[in-house]
Amino acid sequence: MSDSKLNENGEKNSKIIEMTCIVCPIGCHLKVKVDEDGKFLSVTGNRCPRGAEYAKQEVTDPRRVLPTSVRVKNGELPLVSVRTESAIPKRLIFEAMKVVKSIEVEAPVKRGQVIVENLLDTGVNLIATRTVKKLT
Amino acid sequence: MKKVKYDVVVLGGGAAGMGAIKGALSENVKTLLIEREASTGGVLNQCIHNGFGIHVFNQELSGPEYHEMYLEKLGTFDAMYETTVLKVDEKHNLLHAISKDGVYEIEYGALVLATGARERPFEALRISGTRPAGIFTAGLAQHFVNLENKLPGHKAVILGSGDIGLIMARRLTLEGVKVEGVYEIMPYQGGLTRNIVQCLDDFNIPLHLSTSVIKVHGKERLEGVTVAKFENGRPVEGSERFIECDTLVASVGLIPENDLVKEIVEIDLSEGAVVDDLMRTNIPNIFAAGNNVCIHDLVDFVTMEGEMAGKNAALVSKGEKLPERKAIIKEGNNVRILSTKYTTASQAFKLYLRVSKPMGTTALYLNDERIKVVPVAKPSEMIELTLDPSKYKMRGKVILSALEVGK
Repeated sequence: MSDSKLNENGEKNSKIIEMTCIVCPIGCHLKVKVDEDGKFLSVTGNRCPRGAEYAKQEVTDPRRVLPTSVRVKNGELPLVSVRTESAIPKRLIFEAMKVVKSIEVEAPVKRGQVIVENLLDTGVNLIATRTVKKLT
Repeated sequence: MKKVKYDVVVLGGGAAGMGAIKGALSENVKTLLIEREASTGGVLNQCIHNGFGIHVFNQELSGPEYHEMYLEKLGTFDAMYETTVLKVDEKHNLLHAISKDGVYEIEYGALVLATGARERPFEALRISGTRPAGIFTAGLAQHFVNLENKLPGHKAVILGSGDIGLIMARRLTLEGVKVEGVYEIMPYQGGLTRNIVQCLDDFNIPLHLSTSVIKVHGKERLEGVTVAKFENGRPVEGSERFIECDTLVASVGLIPENDLVKEIVEIDLSEGAVVDDLMRTNIPNIFAAGNNVCIHDLVDFVTMEGEMAGKNAALVSKGEKLPERKAIIKEGNNVRILSTKYTTASQAFKLYLRVSKPMGTTALYLNDERIKVVPVAKPSEMIELTLDPSKYKMRGKVILSALEVGK
């Protein structure tokens, strides 16, 4: 047991945060137990280990994958769809959009191509999610 | 008129149609795709958000990635793009089609309908007021923003809480459009909970339940809408509120697209093509898969249905006799939508259902037998069942019902 305050049952004060897991479209209903400092203790309701990981992340540092698009020069399409390779801190979403809007890539673009390396020092790359051929 | 002949012809190159091509090619039959647009992928091309591929690729992808990765699995196949089928002549196994290079008569051994769905139009809601510019269906707004780099306006109201509307609430917000709120006439959400969380809650966009638009204002361009609270399907007097906006995005449902075959294929009350557990319609060599059967939540399941439809269509085209229908499956209490309406009871099969109202812990019954308990049941979230005819009796009439057993 840690040295923080104990309640009358001799347990550390904890509370349950209810949330919907958004890792996949199944949307498990999670009950996340955190201590009085908001530290993750346990989770129930998840159907897979990724749900447990999400719950832990969500109560400490919530993250989201950012799907959006980037302008393309000389492409068959004016835009290429992009996303962050993995989730980035939620608080950086709008700052990331500013970066996204400031850039333009030259066609051809290949799916998986890195559009922005290490976006906002998150260690996460912004990648293209489709092919855009060069306009002929 | 040009004449061609194929063993299997697939109508529509979206997720279900690509699945059907794969299913048919796995049986080595001569297969043709007919697609209205210039490429495959259907709506996946404009669904740039993530959430696709959990089951088929075991990872979370965006729509365009799902499309390209699945297409790479297909290899080469015959396709006619920018081609529209005008008529299905099921008596002679012929399609009449038109493309840029003329009129075609296409003979098929078996046909797979993979025509998807269309959006319920705003006009279907019979909302009073004017009809200025600035009113879009969610999918149309999505097309403009994601494929054409055009924003629909500056300040938007979203009507209906279907998934595309929720996705567009986030998309427009990210692109700098002020999204005033989402208005849902029902007392519960229309889309997936994950989309409420990551598209609305994350951006502090309010969701107003039991509330809807009752009047449109503006002459040339939309100037605002009047919203009101709804009780028992009627607006509550005195609850009206004017909201200034230049854009109204309607996300009010999808309708299975079966116009081409509605005279020949059995269609249910939700306008879906009625199929059995082999994805076969009432016509033995016509199969259907995807959103033209019923509206799905997950593209992965659409693909899987397509694969099965394509494979079975190929078998029929080779002259193989598929099992006969043994039982009809009916919607019982609290069940609104069933993906499969008949079973051959020849194999274990997947069936998707939607409940008719939100419930807590819910038990699902096949006739009187409890077959599954789910922790929560919502109309917006499809429930997947696997039915094994060696475990359950499936003859005559089978009724699937749902009963709330706990909060």
